[in-house]
Amino acid sequence: MAEKYKEQAVIIRQEEISYGIYSMWLKTDRIAGLSKPGQFISVYCHEGSRLLPRPISICEIDREDQSVRIVYRVVGKGTEELSQLRTGRSVDIVGPLGNGFPLKEKKAFIIGGGIGIPPMLQLAKELNCEKQLILGYRDSLFLKEEFKKSGSLYVATEDGSYGTEGNVLDVIRENGLDAEIIYACGPMPMLRAVKEFAAKKRIECWISLEERMACGVGACLGCVCKSKEKDRHTNVNNKRICKEGPVFRAEEVEF
Amino acid sequence: MNTKVNLAGLTLKNPVMTASGTFGSGIEFAEFVDLNKLGAVVTKGVANVPWEGNPTPRIAETYGGMLNAVGLQNPGIDVFVERDIPFLTKYDTRIIVNVCGRTTEDYCEVVRRLASQPVDLLEINISCPNVEEGGIAFGQNPKSVEAITKEVKKYARQPVIMKLSPNVTDITEMAKAAEAGGADALSLINTITGMKIDIHRRAFALANKTGGLSGPAIHPVAVRMVYQAAQAVRIPIIGMGGIMTAEDAVEMILAGATAVAVGTANFRNPAVTMEISEGIREYMEQYHVEDINELIGAVK
Ligand SMILES: Cc1cc2nc3c(=O)[nH]c(=O)nc-3n(C[C@H](O)[C@H](O)[C@H](O)COP(=O)(O)OP(=O)(O)OC[C@H]3O[C@@H](n4cnc5c(N)ncnc54)[C@H](O)[C@@H]3O)c2cc1C
Ligand SMILES: Cc1cc2nc3c(=O)[nH]c(=O)nc-3n(C[C@H](O)[C@H](O)[C@H](O)COP(=O)(O)O)c2cc1C
Ligand code: FES
Repeated sequence: MAEKYKEQAVIIRQEEISYGIYSMWLKTDRIAGLSKPGQFISVYCHEGSRLLPRPISICEIDREDQSVRIVYRVVGKGTEELSQLRTGRSVDIVGPLGNGFPLKEKKAFIIGGGIGIPPMLQLAKELNCEKQLILGYRDSLFLKEEFKKSGSLYVATEDGSYGTEGNVLDVIRENGLDAEIIYACGPMPMLRAVKEFAAKKRIECWISLEERMACGVGACLGCVCKSKEKDRHTNVNNKRICKEGPVFRAEEVEF
Repeated sequence: MNTKVNLAGLTLKNPVMTASGTFGSGIEFAEFVDLNKLGAVVTKGVANVPWEGNPTPRIAETYGGMLNAVGLQNPGIDVFVERDIPFLTKYDTRIIVNVCGRTTEDYCEVVRRLASQPVDLLEINISCPNVEEGGIAFGQNPKSVEAITKEVKKYARQPVIMKLSPNVTDITEMAKAAEAGGADALSLINTITGMKIDIHRRAFALANKTGGLSGPAIHPVAVRMVYQAAQAVRIPIIGMGGIMTAEDAVEMILAGATAVAVGTANFRNPAVTMEISEGIREYMEQYHVEDINELIGAVK
């Protein structure tokens, strides 16, 4: 059983890094030391009427300082509340949760789309191989400079305001890129396209999925996705995204 | 101070248990909760064969509550007996297995399979609002409540708790019917059928359209129903519905519950069950209550 903890984490720093997108560093006791790229934490709201934890990916880990960074978009009441919290305030979190990405030494595409970009940062830092970082944005950019330090960076924007006009696959085609392994997180249409691309080119492909969660630890069966094979735990063709995921082999799951 | 309660002839070390479906079989929560400190662990509903459950999204948050339409996904009794029961027997707590089915025969098959197992009590879910057949269909008519209770009792080697639905006009009719059928105890309430619409997408929040409402939003309804049922029957009642704190649990006990089950609160705080059981002790100290049994149904 992977170790996980419930902690009161203290906000070390919070800033708005792009319109409606916030970056927050949290001081933990043990969670940072246990975290791996692609895992997530459950963030609990202070407001009592909001019962369920917000699953947020770990964007960066500072194991020495025992701190983790999350980068999130304000989309509703919970993330709005989180964005208002100042340095020194604490938040209840549980983590690290989920499986995380496998670290393989193969020429890689690291693909992030929109708010799927943050979890790819720690992965980009930890992977020890030739790394091609492909980021897709709607319009305004974030975390770009930080990714640049970890490999060759390619950017697509939907409105063409920066880099290639179009999506992450357009970048790959335009630059004639190739890889032996793909890691991807982003909106469903992007993940579907990446899965199809990987299948056609026969490239090993790992994707990170999202679903509404209640427990976040594998107990409630709220967050499942359809799997090709019968899952060992559930004994049906469903896998728990919070437990067996959020990272899956693309061909293993249907979405 | 005595926190022990007697449920259908069995002693629980304290009245706090988990609510079915919110705690798995305890495996995932064992990192946060010392299961030895719980009065009982109630497992997720299990059927005779594996169930896939409903499509996603299965979960939606609402103000002070949540909707779920998991649809009783479960691995089936074979896997459950091999994996979950051996896990739970390692702990010093009572094991209550929640049973679901589509037909009376399904329920009876599971109950028969459990007869030889080291399980303390059976909780028969005749109140799930999220599956079309089975579940709630049995729980909304006093005649069928009595009939299925009788049928299950024929095969059961452990005491039987019937879990009732709040989606009825008169809870006392269902409570009396279960008692007449031979039930040893009652659990209430299961979730209340609800619906949420996402106004931005103009679509239902849940793939199943409707789901079961749980959490603090339903607590006053649960207290009222536990009180009414306690007035109507002599068998013990396990009270549940929106218990978030020790105060909520004490309220339920005062209304007539012998034990309480904590569900949705586990999602808000994975260690909450232990905190509630500690908080009940503090309440007893504060008011110099020697024996928790003095509190059961104390408010009439
Ligand atoms: C594994 C995982 C990792 C994630 N990582 C990030 C991240 O790094 N950065 C980021 O900005 N967002 C991330 N998300 C999405 C994030 O969880 C939601 O944006 C957030 O929960 C919205 O909360 P809210 O209260 O602001 O929105 P509301 O719409 O008010 O939330 C209502 C309920 O729906 C749930 N919910 C709403 N949107 C989502 C969603 N997309 N996925 C799952 N649950 C949702 C909330 O948790 C809450 O229970 C991740 C989701 C998952 C499943
Ligand atoms: C996600 C979820 C799954 C549930 N699954 C079951 C189940 O399998 N069997 C059952 O009898 N009740 C099930 N319930 C109902 C709970 O056991 C409980 O009766 C109800 O949620 C009210 O308590 P609460 O407000 O403390 O959650 C489930 C509830 C939730 C929230
Ligand atoms: S959120 Fe409960 S099983 Fe994943």
